Amino acid sequence: METSQQTILLSAKELTCIREERILFDQLSFDIHAGDIVQIEGPNGAGKTSLLRILAGLSRPYSGNVLYLNEDINHARDEFNADLLYLGHLPGVKSELTAEENLRFNLQISGYTQFETTPILAQVNLTGFEEALTGHLSAGQHRRTALARLWHTNCKIWIVDEPFTAIDKKGVEELEQLFLEHANNGGCVIMTTHQDMSIITDQRLRKIRLDYQFL
Amino acid sequence: MWKWLHPYADPQRAYQLSSKLLPWFSLLAISLIGIGTVWGLLFAPTDYQQGDSYRIIFIHVPAASMSMAAYMAMASAAFVGIVWQIKSADWMAAAIAPIGAVITFIALFTGAAWGKPMWGTWWVWDARLTSELVLLFLYLGVIALYASFEDKVLAARAAGILAIVGVINIPIIKYSVEWWSSLHQGSTIKITEKSAMPDSMLYPLLINILGFGLMIGALSLVRFKAEILARNSMRPWVRELAQAKGVK
Amino acid sequence: MERGISFTQAFWTLLVRDIKIAIRHRGDIFNPLLFFILVVTLFPLGVGPEPQMLSRIAPGVIWVAALLASMLSLERLFKADYSDGTLEQMLLSPQPLPIMVLAKVIAHWLLTGVPLIIIAPLLGLLLNLESGSYGALISTLALGTPVLSLLGAIGVALTVGLRKGGVLLSLLILPLYIPVLIFATSAIDAAGMNLPYDGQLAIIAAMLVGSLTLAPFAIGASLRVSTN
Repeated sequence: METSQQTILLSAKELTCIREERILFDQLSFDIHAGDIVQIEGPNGAGKTSLLRILAGLSRPYSGNVLYLNEDINHARDEFNADLLYLGHLPGVKSELTAEENLRFNLQISGYTQFETTPILAQVNLTGFEEALTGHLSAGQHRRTALARLWHTNCKIWIVDEPFTAIDKKGVEELEQLFLEHANNGGCVIMTTHQDMSIITDQRLRKIRLDYQFL
Repeated sequence: MWKWLHPYADPQRAYQLSSKLLPWFSLLAISLIGIGTVWGLLFAPTDYQQGDSYRIIFIHVPAASMSMAAYMAMASAAFVGIVWQIKSADWMAAAIAPIGAVITFIALFTGAAWGKPMWGTWWVWDARLTSELVLLFLYLGVIALYASFEDKVLAARAAGILAIVGVINIPIIKYSVEWWSSLHQGSTIKITEKSAMPDSMLYPLLINILGFGLMIGALSLVRFKAEILARNSMRPWVRELAQAKGVK
Repeated sequence: MERGISFTQAFWTLLVRDIKIAIRHRGDIFNPLLFFILVVTLFPLGVGPEPQMLSRIAPGVIWVAALLASMLSLERLFKADYSDGTLEQMLLSPQPLPIMVLAKVIAHWLLTGVPLIIIAPLLGLLLNLESGSYGALISTLALGTPVLSLLGAIGVALTVGLRKGGVLLSLLILPLYIPVLIFATSAIDAAGMNLPYDGQLAIIAAMLVGSLTLAPFAIGASLRVSTN
């Protein structure tokens, strides 16, 4: 793993984000290497979600840019999108569709052609709920439907915003295990969470701290 | 293009440039409109058919011709903003919109006021008046969209996209309205006939058209400067500027 | 892991999904249709039932009603996707955004535009439309309503993130609908007088081609701003 850790997958260059006339962060720069598990931490309103959205290319920073393998993500959007798995606050799950249909759609739109949904849904403990409309599922199961994509992907860059929300203890451990494996295989995970993690230790975790900036 | 534009992508440079340009625009606009209007209203000969009421064209025609030009300017600024990702250009587009709308309204209002003595009615569904009315709606759409966003950086970008969509549609709308009014000609009065205008009327008119253009430029610059300051209020250079002017 | 689907596959995946969702949510299909019928029935009540007068205004009334119905139904085009996060996922997928957007607009047109076209001759009957005009009515609606959907979708994409949608949307897109309205109604008028109307149809078809090629890009750019 040591060799792959030299690769810089994603880097932020002098990112400045201004929301509602308030500076959330100013001239923020950092590199994310293959193998990194990065936690963005900071109080509510410090701009964690804004930073994740900028890194994913959903929001534009006020100034600065994000580089994917040394190329601006706005110029290499297709390549970047093909290597990015983003799970935001909103799960991206349609309540009018079943868990199986949701997963199938999400994978198809990401370009995967050959997959079996049943074993993937089994990974997130949704066996027996494949045919249920996700609108009828519990909050945790709804969330798991979205998370199921993590078990069938070859994207290197994972950006996950509060992945553990509404997930039970065992589920959190499974997710942590998955993140760890992904990072050890040369990927990277960028996340926010307010929960303590048990498997990913503080030594393994890299932290980027955002503070509430006062004028 | 990019090389030429890039320095002014920086809001501070754009602000300084517009501060430098503003006095020239205002001075020229005031003197041209002054000359053109006084010439047109007092010294130009009386029209043998319309009497003195024709003199409203010294306001109406400049406003009408500049209303379209201002839309073009707004859409060009928006285009620059979107293609080269320059926020200042988006703000320029947003700054022009209300001014263009007011000019369009002036054109409509003076057109109606001219129509009353001419045709005995305030409004006719004439091709030019109708497309001017649609142009006003297009402006109002851009302004309303800009006003609806909380985040003004996004607001300017969204309004810019709408302005570009509008500018692609303007020729189609204009053409369709002209075609429509030619279909229903029986019920309308034709005012599109071109008559040779004596130079003594033409020159003040041209001077006023130029003056209106410069006035729109000057007003846009004022709004543009305000926009830059509002969007960058937390930047050090704006604070220094405010302190220098004694604002706390 | 096999990856890479063609543009056509991406297009169909989205089209099928949207139709499936709409079928499970039938109200969204029927409400605009009911609105269309209601607006048209209001006119005889408002201007009086004289058959001559009705047949004179019929093309305009049907088209204005179709325009409003299409605009109202569009309002929800991206709303659900925006609020549950599927729109974000679409923007981040490796498939080209204009193609996905086009799939959504076409799915929407199939569900709301086509019923409008089917019901329109019935409303023509109510308004005593000239018997020669039915062909023109159907063909202008068939060519014109997709233009309305494509242009309207730009406005919807610009306003999807805003809380106040409806009235603002009409201010943004109704002016853009004017050319379609003018050429469509004049085609129907011409047909009623037994005059050729293929010129008007050709212009509407040209607008359809133009909006099919340009609108998806404008919609995509607008969505990127709205989700920012």
